[in-house]
Amino acid sequence: MDEEPLIRWEWIGNNGPLIRELVVDNVVMALAPVLVGLLVALPLGLAAVRWRWLYQPTAGVVNVVYSLPSLAVFIVLLPITGLATRTTVIVPLAFYAMAVLLPAVVDGLDSVPEHVRQSAVAMGFTPARRLLAVELPIAVPVVIAGLRVATVSSISLVSVGALVGRGGLGHLFTDGWQRQFPTPIIVGIVLIVLLAVLADLLLVLVQRWLTPWSVARTGTRKRALPRSRPAASPEREGVA
Amino acid sequence: MNFLIDFFGNPANWSGPDGIPLRFAEHLEFTGLSLLIATLIAVPLGLWIGHTGRGALVVVLSANAARALPTLGLLVLIVLLMGVGSTAPVLVPLIALAVPPILVNTYEGIRGVDPDLRDAAYGMGLRGGQVLGRVLVPVALPLILLGLRTAAIQVVATATVAAYVGLGGLGRYIIDGLATLRYELTVGGAVLVGLLALAVQGLFALIQRVCVSPGVSRRRKVR
Repeated sequence: MDEEPLIRWEWIGNNGPLIRELVVDNVVMALAPVLVGLLVALPLGLAAVRWRWLYQPTAGVVNVVYSLPSLAVFIVLLPITGLATRTTVIVPLAFYAMAVLLPAVVDGLDSVPEHVRQSAVAMGFTPARRLLAVELPIAVPVVIAGLRVATVSSISLVSVGALVGRGGLGHLFTDGWQRQFPTPIIVGIVLIVLLAVLADLLLVLVQRWLTPWSVARTGTRKRALPRSRPAASPEREGVA
Repeated sequence: MNFLIDFFGNPANWSGPDGIPLRFAEHLEFTGLSLLIATLIAVPLGLWIGHTGRGALVVVLSANAARALPTLGLLVLIVLLMGVGSTAPVLVPLIALAVPPILVNTYEGIRGVDPDLRDAAYGMGLRGGQVLGRVLVPVALPLILLGLRTAAIQVVATATVAAYVGLGGLGRYIIDGLATLRYELTVGGAVLVGLLALAVQGLFALIQRVCVSPGVSRRRKVR
């Protein structure tokens, strides 16, 4: 370690294919859970808004699942999904993503002003069209705020999977530790942060594209501070 | 289920340096200490930014980026560079994990207070510090506590990773069990961490009930 430089640049050049493969693995294992989480959270959130009594029990169950450490869940799943498979990592992360997205969907739909809803009814929108053309578009910013938190933490949480043999870029951490070699660890950290920032940026662009009106509005406001998320909804992230 | 009986029923698991009480104490030490330090950093900073509005952009952006930092990678790197032996290397990544949720929630909590309320407090002759202490903090308290709770649960769960680099805590059972294929250790350790996380949830629910003014908590979603 004494003479070992912090980073050996030639290692990166020599390991291009490995790094590329790990990046792809990491992205797949991080995005699949977010997608699954969203697909589950959307109908669940819609149901919870329609039938209020559903929300508290669902949120309770989701909260309990959310507080389980991912390493523990990975391990409990091992006998079912197998060591070093993508499923072992994707299943728990999907639950975490859902735990973040469910309140986001509910808060998003709650953020639709009552007068807007009633105007839509008065204009003769059917409930389905009102949902698709009015309520969901207005809910987009809050849902995307949730998606951003879910995606960023999912990308970084995948690496814990390295402890059960499948962690995308996390493989570089266990590899570097076993060989007492810092270069792969640093490369792994940098790539994960880059991936997360890139995904975050893409989601911001998606939001602009889906809600062009909000750009015009924030432009005229004087103190348009960044809102990482709406103050009314709880702060949640993945648990490692 | 049999794993649990094997684990909790084995008297060897209840005493000595590998015993549940000692591992539990180690786990509480890591998590408690890093949460305390993170709170001391993030709460005052969040209050200050939320109250003055200065530096908000930088802090919120960097807090979001800090979320992306993989704890395992950070831990492995720091221990590799600083060496094992003390608990200090574990604390750094855990603090890095705990600061963003506390900071963002404190800031958003203070900033989200109804401006009319703030103006009314100034109108009644309170000075800046008094407005913060007597009006803004009590109103923002639910959100601040939520940030602390999120951080606490994350840290409790993530501290298990410390065992990978040879440190103690409940993660030892998980990692050792995995390495030696003794599943009852792994499952037992996982259950203990899950229970601890649930206990933290319960503790914060209690704190919330005791500390948050009823006038504030009743405002939630009256439809």
